Amino acid sequence: MSAFSQLRLDGVSRRFGGQAALTELDLTIEAGEFIALLGPSGCGKSTALNCLAGLLPLTAGSIWQDERRIDTLPPERRGFGMVFQSYALFPHLTVRANIAFGLRMRRLPKEETRRRTEEAVRLVRLEDHVDKLPGQLSGGQQQRVAIARAVVFEPSLVLMDEPLSNLDAKLRLEMRTEIRRLHQSLGLTTVYVTHDQEEALSLADRLVVLREGRVQQIGSPRELHTRPANWHVADFMGYRNLWRGQVEQVDGARATVESSGHRLLGEVVGSLQTRADAVVAVRPEDIRVDGPGETRNAMSATVEVVEYQGRELAAEARTDTGLVLHLRTEQRIAAGDQVKLAVDPQRLLVYPADASAATDRQPDASGAAR
Amino acid sequence: MSGAGPGRPLAHWRHRLAERGVDRQLWLLVPALVFVIALFLYPFFYGLTLSFQPTRGGPFSDYARFFSDSYERGTIWITLRIALPAALLNVLAAVPIAYRMRGRFRGKRLVTTLLVVPITLGTVLTAQGLLNFLGPTGWFNRILLASNLVDEPVRLTHNYWGVFFSLVITGFPFAFLLVLSYLSGIDPTLERAAATLGADWRRRFTRITLPLLMPGLATTFCLTFVLAFSVFPSAVLVGNPAGETRVISLAAYQAAYEQYDYPYASAIAMIMGFVELVIIAVVLAARSRFYTGSTGGKG
Repeated sequence: MSAFSQLRLDGVSRRFGGQAALTELDLTIEAGEFIALLGPSGCGKSTALNCLAGLLPLTAGSIWQDERRIDTLPPERRGFGMVFQSYALFPHLTVRANIAFGLRMRRLPKEETRRRTEEAVRLVRLEDHVDKLPGQLSGGQQQRVAIARAVVFEPSLVLMDEPLSNLDAKLRLEMRTEIRRLHQSLGLTTVYVTHDQEEALSLADRLVVLREGRVQQIGSPRELHTRPANWHVADFMGYRNLWRGQVEQVDGARATVESSGHRLLGEVVGSLQTRADAVVAVRPEDIRVDGPGETRNAMSATVEVVEYQGRELAAEARTDTGLVLHLRTEQRIAAGDQVKLAVDPQRLLVYPADASAATDRQPDASGAAR
Repeated sequence: MSGAGPGRPLAHWRHRLAERGVDRQLWLLVPALVFVIALFLYPFFYGLTLSFQPTRGGPFSDYARFFSDSYERGTIWITLRIALPAALLNVLAAVPIAYRMRGRFRGKRLVTTLLVVPITLGTVLTAQGLLNFLGPTGWFNRILLASNLVDEPVRLTHNYWGVFFSLVITGFPFAFLLVLSYLSGIDPTLERAAATLGADWRRRFTRITLPLLMPGLATTFCLTFVLAFSVFPSAVLVGNPAGETRVISLAAYQAAYEQYDYPYASAIAMIMGFVELVIIAVVLAARSRFYTGSTGGKG
């Protein structure tokens, strides 16, 4: 198998008619890495994956496997395994024949094909189902067949297109662990497409966040989780509180922002100037309820909606000036309660507001987005 | 909630019937039933009983008469010799064209329309066109003669080939439309998956698409075969109705409207139907050996 030490995407672009689906994606994938392409639907992540697989020709750019250019090769000559969102199992072939398909296409000796198929079947624990047709399997079992089929011929790269999106919540968690386990035990190099930030954070070594066909940020899960590069990424990474405001004062890495009558102190991400429009981003879990003697970024608010979420409560509160806050807390609060809320300035991120994103959701002045 | 225990009244009888699909909506079936009975079942059983009441002899004597006369018996073979190859060619020609056309492309509707037009022409117009084009003084032969490829006109009408071409022209659009819809019922992701697993286009077709398409091809073959087997107008117009294209429907026609022997004509019609059933049974038996479940497409 043609293992590589590096796979390089160089300005990979794809247009559909006049519509740019993917614009100049530059990415270097090291062997053994688990990369997640993350973004909302229509961001170009599946387009990128299909370009990698060879199922979509590029409109511009090139893909290099070490020193070999591969973007001109048809999919069958790239040797990448792919797991499709719909699994795409061959309905007329048994589980065994589905898994062996890639080996048969490589015309391996019968004995080796048999041995490696059995191995793959054991790996995904489907020993009892080898002679069934895919239609007789449950969703999770079909998923495992799809994964076994894609890894059995030891591909140099495994591509996964939202493989867990058709499973129920419990199975999704199980399969997530399974995928990570396979990635590690087989030493695979994986590119994984998803719109689920939690899935991406938990699986990947590196995340690539896309929006409207452009890379927004590439980084480790920790980097993306704690320091999104712009407010769109923050929005996507679970910063549910996005408040529009105006910069009052910039002091090195800190800035004070006025938003709906509140003066908020936070960390600047990007470059900001006094009086510029800004977006403040805060995770729901970073809003503390009734912080003892906390005076910075303190707000008093009325709880409006409470959702029970097991150990925690998710709540929506509104300040006197109309700022809506999404928060999570272990404290017992109820609708109608008056609460004192506070945010640690280290956990309050201040971004420059961009005027460009007319199509995307805008953080409005009241913060009542979503 | 489990069933009606003692003392619990049963649900209303009307409700219980509705659970089994018996309700007032069934009345909507009446028009269709009337049509089926009046236009199919009644004539069929009328013909069947008539075929056992020959003008001379016992109940089976008309059947015996058909099979004892080699001129009559031969019509089965003559018809099969035309209908089977024509149906096969229609299906086989439809596959590559439909395969190329299964995706979306500009002008698809125009191409489809052009391919389907012959279905709207009817056999008589097709026969007329064939005579003009392929006849001894038609363009085809004139071109061949003018370019000195042949010394005398090639005979392509008023024989086997005339009927064969006519059946291909009228049967192909039918086969094409059916195959196209079967093909678009196969999830295109399957071929993409096969490609990532290392299958080139030839093996994607032979290992994935063709096996999934086979049941559809079998059905298409049956339908085009039935159409071709009952060939009548073109056998007369562009064939040689006294000789090599004296098809079985022609024999039945002659019995009914030239000899006015309705029981005998009915017997021939029954034999015709039986031969069709045998062929269809063989094809469907072969079809059942393929995977016939969902193919994941838009159906």
